[in-house]
Amino acid sequence: MEPSLPVESLICVPVLLPLLAAGVKLAIGGRLRHLQSVISLVTLGLSLAVSVVLLVAAESHGPLVTHLGGWPSPIGICLVADRLSTLVLVVSSAVTFCVMVYSVANAYDQQEHDAPMAIFHPAFLVMVAGVADAFLSGDLFNLFVAFELLLSGSYVLLTFGGTEARIRAGATYTLMALVSSMLFLVALAVTYGATGTLALAQLAERFPQLPEQVKLLVELTLLLAFAIKAAIFPMSAWLPDSYPTAPAPATAVFAGLLTKVGVYSIIRLEALLFPGGPVSTLLMWLALATMLVGVLGAVAQTDLKRMLSFTLVSHIGYMVFGVALSTRAGMAGAIFYVVHHITVQTSLFLVAGMVERRTGTTSVTGLGGLMKATPLIAVLFFVPAMNLSGIPPMSGFLGKLLLVQAGLAAGGWLPVTLVAAGLVTSLLTLYSVAKAWSRAFWSGVRAERVGTVVESEEDTGEDPTVTTTALPAALAVSVTALVVLGLSFTVLAGPLSALAERAASELMAREPYITAVLGRQR
Amino acid sequence: MTVSLVPFLACFMMITTGVTLLLERSLVRALAGVVVLGNGVNLLILTAGSSAGGSPILGVTPPARMADPLPQAMVLTAIVITMGMTAFLLALVHRTWQLTGTDEVQDDTEDRRVRLRSRRGELGDAVRRRVDDYRRLLVRQRAELANLQAEQAERERLQEADLEQRLARVYDELEEWMRQGREQGLSEEELHRRFEEVGLREEARAGDNLARIEELRDEHARRRGAQAAEEKELRRKLRVRQREARRQMRAAIREERERQALAQDPDLEGDG
Repeated sequence: MEPSLPVESLICVPVLLPLLAAGVKLAIGGRLRHLQSVISLVTLGLSLAVSVVLLVAAESHGPLVTHLGGWPSPIGICLVADRLSTLVLVVSSAVTFCVMVYSVANAYDQQEHDAPMAIFHPAFLVMVAGVADAFLSGDLFNLFVAFELLLSGSYVLLTFGGTEARIRAGATYTLMALVSSMLFLVALAVTYGATGTLALAQLAERFPQLPEQVKLLVELTLLLAFAIKAAIFPMSAWLPDSYPTAPAPATAVFAGLLTKVGVYSIIRLEALLFPGGPVSTLLMWLALATMLVGVLGAVAQTDLKRMLSFTLVSHIGYMVFGVALSTRAGMAGAIFYVVHHITVQTSLFLVAGMVERRTGTTSVTGLGGLMKATPLIAVLFFVPAMNLSGIPPMSGFLGKLLLVQAGLAAGGWLPVTLVAAGLVTSLLTLYSVAKAWSRAFWSGVRAERVGTVVESEEDTGEDPTVTTTALPAALAVSVTALVVLGLSFTVLAGPLSALAERAASELMAREPYITAVLGRQR
Repeated sequence: MTVSLVPFLACFMMITTGVTLLLERSLVRALAGVVVLGNGVNLLILTAGSSAGGSPILGVTPPARMADPLPQAMVLTAIVITMGMTAFLLALVHRTWQLTGTDEVQDDTEDRRVRLRSRRGELGDAVRRRVDDYRRLLVRQRAELANLQAEQAERERLQEADLEQRLARVYDELEEWMRQGREQGLSEEELHRRFEEVGLREEARAGDNLARIEELRDEHARRRGAQAAEEKELRRKLRVRQREARRQMRAAIREERERQALAQDPDLEGDG
């Protein structure tokens, strides 16, 4: 083994630190709430700092590798930090930090009396560790473990408090996730049977030697497992069904990160293991269907969180489109879009949580005149909503522009159709968020709330006293920070898109990754 | 490397059973499905991943005859994870049972509302269609009635014209007769005398004529009366028909509303 850089030993920090913290918190239990919050914030802050260091190091040195336990790669498992993984890691750490500030301010863990103990922080940290592990994993089986880690955290967060609506949503979500895990395991079995290894770098070398049919079988099974996680149509029905009922910080992180982990895995799979495979046409059709079906669902919704869930599904289509192009520009566009979308979607869900906390509902039929009542929330919703629908010069517009350029450069009728569909989707997104905004915030009169049975059933058991209290300042600060982060992608668009471009070319070249992991020149 | 078919058949059985159970609405069955499915997949990893061999411990089995230890390690991890998930699912099942008294997954309320909204829209469309049908029926029936009346009027007009023509002919004959008399050089008194003579002679015939005219008039009146009665009957029937149509329409709308109110959603009842 070549002598490793000292920074390489830092790679495992974003994975191990939250896990350790979660263990400590479980030991502390429900006592010492302030200490709990401090531990969470310090852990996530440290993770963020380490991620930034890793990004800088990966940018200057190429892919960094740490071999866990000192075993060299084909035998042991490794964590790899290249430009792509560190970039998404930095964004996800920043987002999780903001969400943690939000949830500490919101004190979700203390407010809900049904919760048996302060389980929120440990579950959250386990999930964060799983997300980081998934981004850094250099081994297919480790990726599976990472998925299970983040899923088990998310199961707990989704069913937090154990109210009827959340248990119902949790059952759907858990079964869906279990099916996808089983599919992943089947894919692992086939992969190992065919190649005798699960290390990504070694797989990248061995897959080309396999017969076409075996390769296609493995690729499609893995793709199916990841597509369920990423909520790509027609495997997307579970998402709007289960996300909206969870507590706001949990939904925000789910929306921002969990689907992106699926997208990230698809990017890795397509770029590293199966470059230029025959499935890109299939992926394009899937992207088309995801964009259109998702956004049409969003148009029909009257609930803020559900509307956002449908736009989330629809915008996954953009990223899949970028991947499906399998050109450098397309990949770069997809990476840029992932970064933008993590931030924007999370802030939108957090604002929906603020609205819910302030008024007790997120149904736009029950809202109105919020612009006058809480101008801050209105602005905090408006900016990322416009960002999401791609109003120039915000990053949503730039991400779409990169993808449109890549699509037009690729040529052919299918990419051009997808570009057109992307523009239609963008317009319909604008329509649905503008409709929600004008009804909930802009309209002067507060609409009469209809006290039907359905309405009261939907109430997820929030403490009624919460609705009258003013919002804590830290809540607004954390969301504002996220919104500003989303806006800063506009200012930093040049360096960021250049970085995405470099990450894409490193990804498509494949050599740096394989060399770094296997530690030899080919 | 020879492959035994038996483990693959076992995998196949377990995975199909697991998937079938997962499709159930009952969470307990789904849980059983997850367990069976998980075991099937684990067996698949073992069988697909490596060929059979001795336990991979140095000193126990010579390295050439060892089984691959890596799939075993993976299966171990997978088993632990499946166990954790099973425990969590059990907790979910228990909580569902606590809250709802059943272990079936309920439909999402928001989904239900969106679906109800679309059904309400359909109902509105149905009502609107019926009202349109009804309006069309009314227009048709009015047109029929108007047609009938127009025919009637035409017939009356024709009959009157016929009568007037006959009267005119009689007057013409009289004029002709008077003119012939004058041409023969008869004086006015003579003419009048003859006229009266003829009148006396032809009294019977004229009486006949008058009677016939009277008769015609009577018949005309009778026929008009009959036609008016017929018309009235027609109108009555039309009204009855319209009432019936309206009643049917209202009943249909009510029935549809009731169906909506009672069984708000036939898909909600689970698969029972």
